Amino acid sequence: MSHATTLHAEVTQWLREHWDPNMDLLAWRSLVADSGWGAPSWPSDYYGKDMSPLDAGVVEQAFADHGAVGAAQSGVRMLAAVTLLAHGSHEQKQKYLRGILTGEDQWCQLFSEPGSGSDLAGATTRADLRGDEWIINGQKVWNTSAHHAQYGLLLARTDWDAPKHQGLSYFVIDMEQPGVEVRQLAQMNGHASFNEVFMTDAVVSRDDLVGEAGGGWKCAMTTLANERRSFDRARDVGARKGRQGKIFADLEEEFAIANEPYTWYPQRAGRVDLILQRAMETGAINDPAQRQDIARLHIMAESAKWTGERAKAAAKAGKPQGPEGSLGKLAASNVARLAARVHTAICGNDALLTGPSSPMDGIIAEILVSTPAISIAGGTDEIQKNIIAERVMGLPKEPRVDDGPFRDVRRNTSGTTTKS
Amino acid sequence: MALIFSEDQDQFRDSIQRFLTDQMPTTRVRQLMATDHAFDDQLWQQASTQLALTGIHIPEHLGGAGFGPVELGIALEEMGRALFCGPYLSSAVLSAYALLISADADQQERWLSDVASGERRCSLAVTESTGLWQDDDIHTTATTDDAGNSLLNGRKRFVIDANNADLLIVAARTSDGIALYMIDGETNGMTVTALDTMDPTRKMADIELNNVVATRLNHAPDHLLDTLLNVACIALANEMIGGCQRLLDSAVDYTQLRYQFGRSIASFQAIKHRLADLLLDVELSRSAAYQAAQTLASCGDLRTIDQEKHRRLTEHASLAKAAVCETYLQTALETIQLHGGIGFTWENDTHLWFKRAKSSEVLFGTPAEHRERMMAAIETATPSQESAA
Repeated sequence: MSHATTLHAEVTQWLREHWDPNMDLLAWRSLVADSGWGAPSWPSDYYGKDMSPLDAGVVEQAFADHGAVGAAQSGVRMLAAVTLLAHGSHEQKQKYLRGILTGEDQWCQLFSEPGSGSDLAGATTRADLRGDEWIINGQKVWNTSAHHAQYGLLLARTDWDAPKHQGLSYFVIDMEQPGVEVRQLAQMNGHASFNEVFMTDAVVSRDDLVGEAGGGWKCAMTTLANERRSFDRARDVGARKGRQGKIFADLEEEFAIANEPYTWYPQRAGRVDLILQRAMETGAINDPAQRQDIARLHIMAESAKWTGERAKAAAKAGKPQGPEGSLGKLAASNVARLAARVHTAICGNDALLTGPSSPMDGIIAEILVSTPAISIAGGTDEIQKNIIAERVMGLPKEPRVDDGPFRDVRRNTSGTTTKS
Repeated sequence: MALIFSEDQDQFRDSIQRFLTDQMPTTRVRQLMATDHAFDDQLWQQASTQLALTGIHIPEHLGGAGFGPVELGIALEEMGRALFCGPYLSSAVLSAYALLISADADQQERWLSDVASGERRCSLAVTESTGLWQDDDIHTTATTDDAGNSLLNGRKRFVIDANNADLLIVAARTSDGIALYMIDGETNGMTVTALDTMDPTRKMADIELNNVVATRLNHAPDHLLDTLLNVACIALANEMIGGCQRLLDSAVDYTQLRYQFGRSIASFQAIKHRLADLLLDVELSRSAAYQAAQTLASCGDLRTIDQEKHRRLTEHASLAKAAVCETYLQTALETIQLHGGIGFTWENDTHLWFKRAKSSEVLFGTPAEHRERMMAAIETATPSQESAA
């Protein structure tokens, strides 16, 4: 028997003994977390089994084959876990990792600020040490799920005399305290997927500084590097919908809450998949000018898809990544923008409408008011182009005017709530 | 579908690149383009015999190397990068495919082997009034005289390298549809008039046919001209991608060397963002060209291609042609702009690729015509085969 088969059998045996779909979700996940099967690639000291990612994949497969629910994975929790595992203290790992796996605690990310979006390291939320506590003042924004979260991953400035990247520190902040106010932030498309978080003399224990004071940027990079992966995982969980048992009802509820912010994301990407159907329904397919626009969109979308496939194939074959691997986000922006234009042209007057009486029960209108987000969220097109130009094409950076002590760096005077 | 190259394919590319860097620097391109035929016999011999490029995609029993459209695409891409002067597209690609599709075994033995070895150079004459090779655009006729000879009458336009060819294949209308004819040897009644082409590296001629004796190629499968046009578009798309990359490389190099206001102009975001946009366009177009070559490779024998494969080949061929030719021209225009005034001079090499881009934009049909052709192909797909848009 191969190693993978033995492992699969071992997990299956454990599931046969313990798995019960009529259990409470939290009770089941507590069992999973304590067994080590919930995060087998984590260290055995912290709810894991020191396994390779490959073996962890076998465990995950065994859970799926058995129809069993695994550890909680949705939202920012896995970003918190990865960051704490990499940079956290022994006490922090003991305190937080279990609640991450059981799903008991929700997490949010407190990085962006009204005054620092593309320039994330320019954050001005401040943390001042008073006795054994850090006192936090400032405002964060674009915080998904902050209104459900028990804990936040906070990036704040602790040293105003250091250059900007070196003056930041990384904390775990308790969101359920008087000094933290969370307000949902309504978007132009009517959804409210994000929050603003206002911190006024909020308190963080000295023990909740992650890594060293001044070492926050490195921790934040760990979090951001794992951002995309966590979103993919949240979708996998959704594939288990529709099973019978209390545990699945609980899971569905959790999933609905976790994914609520993302229901409009397909529309944000432009819904190229609807174009041909819409063109046929409306007769736009018979208009030579419309056909040219539809064709341009098809060409761009197919070429972008094939470019992604090239990048994946190269990675799979172990070839060094070429430029094709860095272009996906920018390509997606262009596709979404063009798709919105073509959808509008196909609609004609119907593009004046929104809501259930508009085309496709409001889906088309939602495309039109959602696509502007894709070229901003997760790094603007402009930042993407800088990255492509500098890292892929090797072009020189712009001369910097923000080195030296952060205190002296010119920054926004409005949109920030604190001054040094 | 594999969209990356194997190690062998990478090595094949390297060997062509080395050969062309060595043998076809722009100084040589400039010398050749000033001549009537833009042709270097010795170099052609080397390319066809030493590197076996002319037969790369021809089956081994016909004297070729037995590889396929992907390897052919690599050769074309490198030639496009170097602006290789020689009848590669006209003879080794278009004419060879015409013979592969339309000649019977005897005819293949008689002509294809010579074309595959580069010993004889052949041109393909299809175009009359439009770039799209549609059956109803063919007015040249083939008739049979009392002695049983096939006689061609009509006028062919924009025939690539016709003034430097040993053989000529002509698309003509017969009593039973469109067929291809070979003119070999006797050319009484044929007048070849060289054209002043904007791209001096790609020579063309008009051909008047007045009772010219020719031999009918014995296979005329369905979609004959359509299939040849698909091959032509895919070949050109891969050739163009090489030119795109060459232009982009030169823009990236030049903007880093050029200092204004005390800094390299490549450090300005205004420049960087344009170059990033260009890279995106080129990479997306590259995917379209590579995918089209893959699709052609997956079609197998083009004589017996089924309806769905033909539909898909047409969709991808026109998609690639429309995508890459617009990117090529845009890249050329941007490269001139990024060079500033020097980019508009004769001495600077950019215009050599600009002219190839301009010529490739309309050769075998304009981008708008190919977008329409692609749309028509998409519409005939059954729902399960429908792709994203």
